[in-house]
Amino acid sequence: MNTAATRELMDYDEVVERFDPVLGLEVHVELNTRTKMFCGCSTKFGAEPNTQVCPTCLGLPGSLPVVNRMAVESVIRIGLALSCSIAPWCRFARKNYFYPDMPKNFQISQYDEPIAVHGWLDVTLDDGSTVRIEIERAHMEEDTGKSLHVGGTTGRIHGADYSLLDYNRAGVPLIEIVTKPIVGTGARAPIVARAYVTALRDLLRALGVSDVRMDQGSLRCDTNVSLMPRGVVTFGTRTETKNVNSLRSVERAVRFEMTRQAGVLAAGEKVIQETRHFDESSGSTSPGRRKETAEDYRYFPEPDLPPIAPSPEWVEQLRATLPELPWQRRQRIQREWSLSGEELRDLVNAGALDLVAATVEAGAPSGEARSWWVSYLAQQANARGVPLDELPITPAQLARVIELVASGELSNTLARQVVDGVLAGEGSPDDVVAARGLAVVSDDSALIAAVDSALAAQPDVAEKIRGGKIAAAGAIVGAVMKATRGQADAKRVRELVLERCTS
Amino acid sequence: MNTELTRLTAAELAAKIHSREVSAVEVARAHLDRIAAVDGGADQGVHAFLHVAADAALASATLVDEALGVGSAPASPLAGVPLALKDVFTTLDMPTTAGSRILEGWRPPYDATVTRRLRAAAITILGKTNMDEFAMGSSTEYSAYGPTRNPWDTSRVPGGSGGGSASALAAFEAPLAVGTDTGGSIRQPAAFTGTVGVKPTYGGVSRYGLIACASSLDQAGPCARTVLDAALLHEVIAGHDPLDSTSIDRPVPAVVDAARVGAAGDLSGIRIGIVRQLGGEGYQPGVQSCFDAALRMLEKLGAELIEVNCPHFEYGLAAYYLILPSEVSSNLARFDAMRYGLRVQSGFEESAEQVMAATREAGFGPEVKRRIMLGTYALSSGYYEAYYGQAQKVRTLISRDFAAAFEQADVLVSPTAPTTAFPIGDKVDDPLAMYLNDLATIPANLAGTAAMSVPSGLAEEGLPAGLQVMAPVMGEAVMYRVAAAFEAARDADQGGPVIHRVPESEVRA
Ligand SMILES: [Zn+2]
Repeated sequence: MNTAATRELMDYDEVVERFDPVLGLEVHVELNTRTKMFCGCSTKFGAEPNTQVCPTCLGLPGSLPVVNRMAVESVIRIGLALSCSIAPWCRFARKNYFYPDMPKNFQISQYDEPIAVHGWLDVTLDDGSTVRIEIERAHMEEDTGKSLHVGGTTGRIHGADYSLLDYNRAGVPLIEIVTKPIVGTGARAPIVARAYVTALRDLLRALGVSDVRMDQGSLRCDTNVSLMPRGVVTFGTRTETKNVNSLRSVERAVRFEMTRQAGVLAAGEKVIQETRHFDESSGSTSPGRRKETAEDYRYFPEPDLPPIAPSPEWVEQLRATLPELPWQRRQRIQREWSLSGEELRDLVNAGALDLVAATVEAGAPSGEARSWWVSYLAQQANARGVPLDELPITPAQLARVIELVASGELSNTLARQVVDGVLAGEGSPDDVVAARGLAVVSDDSALIAAVDSALAAQPDVAEKIRGGKIAAAGAIVGAVMKATRGQADAKRVRELVLERCTS
Repeated sequence: MNTELTRLTAAELAAKIHSREVSAVEVARAHLDRIAAVDGGADQGVHAFLHVAADAALASATLVDEALGVGSAPASPLAGVPLALKDVFTTLDMPTTAGSRILEGWRPPYDATVTRRLRAAAITILGKTNMDEFAMGSSTEYSAYGPTRNPWDTSRVPGGSGGGSASALAAFEAPLAVGTDTGGSIRQPAAFTGTVGVKPTYGGVSRYGLIACASSLDQAGPCARTVLDAALLHEVIAGHDPLDSTSIDRPVPAVVDAARVGAAGDLSGIRIGIVRQLGGEGYQPGVQSCFDAALRMLEKLGAELIEVNCPHFEYGLAAYYLILPSEVSSNLARFDAMRYGLRVQSGFEESAEQVMAATREAGFGPEVKRRIMLGTYALSSGYYEAYYGQAQKVRTLISRDFAAAFEQADVLVSPTAPTTAFPIGDKVDDPLAMYLNDLATIPANLAGTAAMSVPSGLAEEGLPAGLQVMAPVMGEAVMYRVAAAFEAARDADQGGPVIHRVPESEVRA
């Protein structure tokens, strides 16, 4: 271990007082095309190892690549959604390096002629402020296979006893989206990084081009971080952290590197330009294997593939297929639901926007839908320690509950019991209503009997009501509700109480 | 009877088989017998073949006979005709080595498109032919399995890299062969063996399943003893293939018709350009005089001869030896012992990296290593522009030279190679001298244009020389026409085909 690696971390407040961080984010997105980038093999995740392979994605002698047109369409759509320019002519290039999970020992990628360049993504932070992240480029490439290193302690190649290789992933279409250096974010750098990846994920999901599952590796982020002392304008030496496999890790990895690099710099040492590895459990980064010489990928134009020249007509056709993008949708929802900026932000931050929208889609009024998701259901999710969207209730089921309340068949109290039943796995709202016998008592004769007996039980109150003190009716209503175990419609009970006292 | 069958052309054999005068099995057996008699092995004989698939060949021929027996039309004009396949095309039922130790015994799980087309045409594949390792070489001496000998003089090389295919034709082991031409690997061996070899337009024949040497230069093509036979085979193997993104999606030029028209012997109206830069100094006198005689003959056939200037051709060799090694260094990276082929490993303590290095050290021959190193260097950062970048510019200039020349001429001609077949061992330690042999053939690979070699006569020591005919992209028809006209006139003038003068005694194993 070198000394720099074991240097003490600097306190974060001090870091941001003394240094300006510069970020660069490289996001790899596996497209959800049915077939691979350069062959007809399936891209389905989780198949038996080495069952989705052919001569081309195994790089067998004599095999040749053929470009997947769907993948090109996807990257053009991504580029357009990121406000990039689409290159009128671009090429693939070979990136040459030896690694056992790469069947040809070169990766077909794009180098100095990427398909999409110079765009941006506006990212809204939790506090409502917006940061524009400039996009350098988006390009196409093929994924590598997967190595499983067996033995050793780290799960990495060094120190392993042997390695197993699965080439199912080899050749899966991958889009790399690279930001320009992100400067001026100061103490917010880690949350900006996280917010960017989140926004990008939402965008890709809206485009329908990827599963964007960080846990399955269909969205992967490498975080580049460097520090420059406040007031200095030349960038410091950066490190690139790999294996950042969740949104939370993006934030933690950036934050850790800031504190680590600041510690190194404060000790008068130099940050080493290197690839680092993020460790989820400790939240720290550690150096990858140091190479004696800088990696030289010997890029050159891929001779097996002709250039790609998307015609303006094709690009415009693809632009026409862009769905409503997340920020456009948010603006529309804010307008349609008459939300304040703060209310919208709360919804977004609670992860409830899509759920509310889906509930509204299923027929519920936005006010009720919003109130259910951000209050009662948010509490339930919290209590169970799961994200809101993992609660076992669908927007459609909630919409049905809201409908039953609106039609008077359920009271609010009963509605919660129905929701509890759904969450407990007792079936649909109607199943729960039936099984638990939760329908509001709407038979007036039964209610009248209950009202009469409540009035009889509290003659003084009854007298007051008869004397015109309508406010006193509440006590009787409460007694009736209690007697009917909440199954009565409180509004109807109140009407009956007043009716009985005036007749 | 059997030796007579092996001396027939493919067209003649097809006629006899399809008319049921002889059976495809008889024809296959005759050739297998001939191979057994003359091919020998690494130490003696022609050694054209690395693998002979006798059973598969007879089985395939049997199917042809059975189909003809029930009155079916032949699957193709060459159904039942035997063929030798360069060992660079993948074959499901035969090993495929590309002449390298690193692929010794490798059985591909798939057929190349060329292989599939041959099978669909019911051509009898006799086996796989020897070649310089990964098609790198001009003599077939760089085969890991020993050199192929030239039937004209077994102390001499047959040229390369496709020396196996060319020698198989010249030794009457097969009437047809398929080769690949990256810088002359079909044409130069054709010239050295008195046979016909065609490098089609780049993209004319699918490269799918062709083990790559240099992807932007490699082109598969037909080899035969006559222009018509080459044309018949050309039409079988050429055509668009969706599995090869660089293959041309246009109809195959009608080369069989063109060869037949040419054989009638009239070239009036055809403008033939003599490339000033290809000939003269550096060309063996006998080769040059064969070429001059060929020009006189072409003129007699009615062609108009003009001189054309291709000033950038002289940089072709230098550009070629940057582009080719660059692509080779990348294409051959996959031979790493991880998935197939040779694995050199002394124990289980070694890392993947060590196994890769040891395997590549043991599995690649000297010329392959030389080119991998050259290419790795040429592509490395800081040198890329000066080497690969400049070479690509030369390539563009050579294409422009061709374009300008084809404004003035319908085809261009030159000697195919500057020398006749040289003795085995003569140049193996002098790579630069070896590289010079491809001087005249390389420009067509760099430009992606079509070119072929047809025997022009016998030069010093009775060894054959070749006439190269070059045509524009997809201009194969006029190329075949000129070659066929020349072939017919030369045969008439010299009392028979050049190949008939190959000394029989030399091919006894
Ligand atoms: Zn595949």
